[in-house]
Amino acid sequence: MIELEGLTKRYGEKMAVNHLTFTVRPGIVTGFLGPNGAGKSTTMRMMLGLDRPTAGDVRIDGQHYDRLKDPLRYIGALLDAKAMHGGRSAFNHLLCLAQSNGIPRGRVDEVLDTVGLTSVARKKAKGFSLGMGQRLGIAGALLGDPRILMFDEPVNGLDPEGIHWIRNLMKSLAAQGRTVFVSSHLMSEMALTADHLVVIGQGRLLADTSMADFIRQNSRSYVRLRSPQRERLLDVLHGAGVTAVEAGGGTLEVDGSKSEYLGELAAEHGIVLHELSPQQASLEEAFMQLTAESVEYHAHSGTVDDPGADGAPGAPGAPGAWGTGPAEGASRPPGPPQSPPPPPGSSSWGSDWKKG
Amino acid sequence: MSTPQPPTHQQAAPAPNWQAAPGTSYVSPIPITRTHLGHALASEWTKIKSVRSTMWTLGVFLLLVVGVGLLVAVNTTTEDYTEVPYTIPAFFGLILGQICLITLGVLVVSSEYGTGMIRTTFTASPQRYRVLTAKLIIFFVVAFAVSAFAIGLVGLFTSSLHDGESGTPWGRSVLMGALYVSLLGVLALAVGSMLRHSAGAITTMLGVVLVPAILPAFLMLSDSMRTIGEKMMEYNAPNALARIFELDTDSGTGGSQLALLAGVTAAAIAGAYALLEKRDV
Repeated sequence: MIELEGLTKRYGEKMAVNHLTFTVRPGIVTGFLGPNGAGKSTTMRMMLGLDRPTAGDVRIDGQHYDRLKDPLRYIGALLDAKAMHGGRSAFNHLLCLAQSNGIPRGRVDEVLDTVGLTSVARKKAKGFSLGMGQRLGIAGALLGDPRILMFDEPVNGLDPEGIHWIRNLMKSLAAQGRTVFVSSHLMSEMALTADHLVVIGQGRLLADTSMADFIRQNSRSYVRLRSPQRERLLDVLHGAGVTAVEAGGGTLEVDGSKSEYLGELAAEHGIVLHELSPQQASLEEAFMQLTAESVEYHAHSGTVDDPGADGAPGAPGAPGAWGTGPAEGASRPPGPPQSPPPPPGSSSWGSDWKKG
Repeated sequence: MSTPQPPTHQQAAPAPNWQAAPGTSYVSPIPITRTHLGHALASEWTKIKSVRSTMWTLGVFLLLVVGVGLLVAVNTTTEDYTEVPYTIPAFFGLILGQICLITLGVLVVSSEYGTGMIRTTFTASPQRYRVLTAKLIIFFVVAFAVSAFAIGLVGLFTSSLHDGESGTPWGRSVLMGALYVSLLGVLALAVGSMLRHSAGAITTMLGVVLVPAILPAFLMLSDSMRTIGEKMMEYNAPNALARIFELDTDSGTGGSQLALLAGVTAAAIAGAYALLEKRDV
């Protein structure tokens, strides 16, 4: 269990992390999500006592990290795949870490085997590919068989096989009752691994919710219909009390109805369908919508006098209030002229949401 | 963009089970040990012996001290040693060799900052002062052992080559000489810990060693600076070593120079500890 309370880090004028309060619970994978530069790595470094918070507190099972007598037993962390001396062999790298925590030497061979690096154990780390470096970093994290694991963007630069391996590893670690805290800027990646979601943007907490809730509230499912008899189909749908929205390319989109029902309805009236498919708006788009506030805010900050000012207008601040974020964002007028265009897809997704 | 979502899979995953019992925490079968300085020492010993820079710097150091020492020894006569210790041939190699120990001292700590290893190190040992203490101890022991071995070897070789009775016992110069160059290395380690940058720290240390040896020549030109120049002349590193090896016995045998270096080193170590706890890594 990791508890953050009002955690704040300020670099000069810039608030890297702004009053973060949340809890990472054991037994589940908690995803830590935010766009690049949102303060994820800074938060993780503060959790590990590497950076001193400007204000606030982090506790690991009620203790400060630097008070832990057996830190590697408590937390295994992968912050940066290249945080190792390139001239040292994989085995020696792990050995010096193991020795610093009184972990038996045999454990080094075990974790090397777990991550599949046994054959290159005596090779220098600087010859390692990014994927191998990542695996070595994970071996270091697993060394103390810790109850808490922390990974900062673990799938960055990995091949599909490596990504698959990390996903399964994290799931199995959590299934053993460990706390797994993993950061990413990819929503799609989190959707596959995380059970709980903490979203930050510009150092502020945007969401703290279970993955299932996030999906339920943010993924809009609809049915796409395409027919050569478009007018008749519209009439029939209207007659059945189903609202269809015309999308581009002669397709219709229907929210809140089952594809089976729509298919049967069309068949009943002898309408030819060229397409009848259930669709789901991507979570990536939901995530972008959620963090758009902070990204947009970031673009503004050059023109605002105090970039550290609290409470950017419209920023969904409190956990729980985030659910209204996307709709709110969609109904907002387009940003001021100096703001960059919103990420492609987010606006169209937002308007869909409104129509639905 | 639109990644296919597996919401049903997500919700059907064993998540409900885990969330039903959030209190259950994983318990490792590995026995818990409270870490102490001994663990840090073992770790730092593995670190220092598992990188090539240690072998290079110490190898070059041995080559310089022993190699130059033996060359000097065979080119001297027995009469040369009536008033000076047999270890004197090691002096010439040490003047150059001290730079190797300075480099190693800096690298022991700054290479961790340069590679990012320091974050891994401090995650494994959040008690930063303990890591620095272990580094200081391990480096000092290694540097002292290697330099004492090198000087002693030169002394043994010279005494066996010129088997006359030397007027002075040479055991003291082995210990003092090794202590002096090792302390220079420890000072370099402390400077490396404060500056966190290999090139910067090595350059600083070369300045500390060379500037007081060169500057007096210019300071002596002006009357007002003469006293400062004389002090620098007296306390600079090459001169301190010369006194330790009794090249110039009239003005002491290097005790006060060694004390000054010990004082400066202690101050640098105190500075390194103070900054270590305060700064982010």
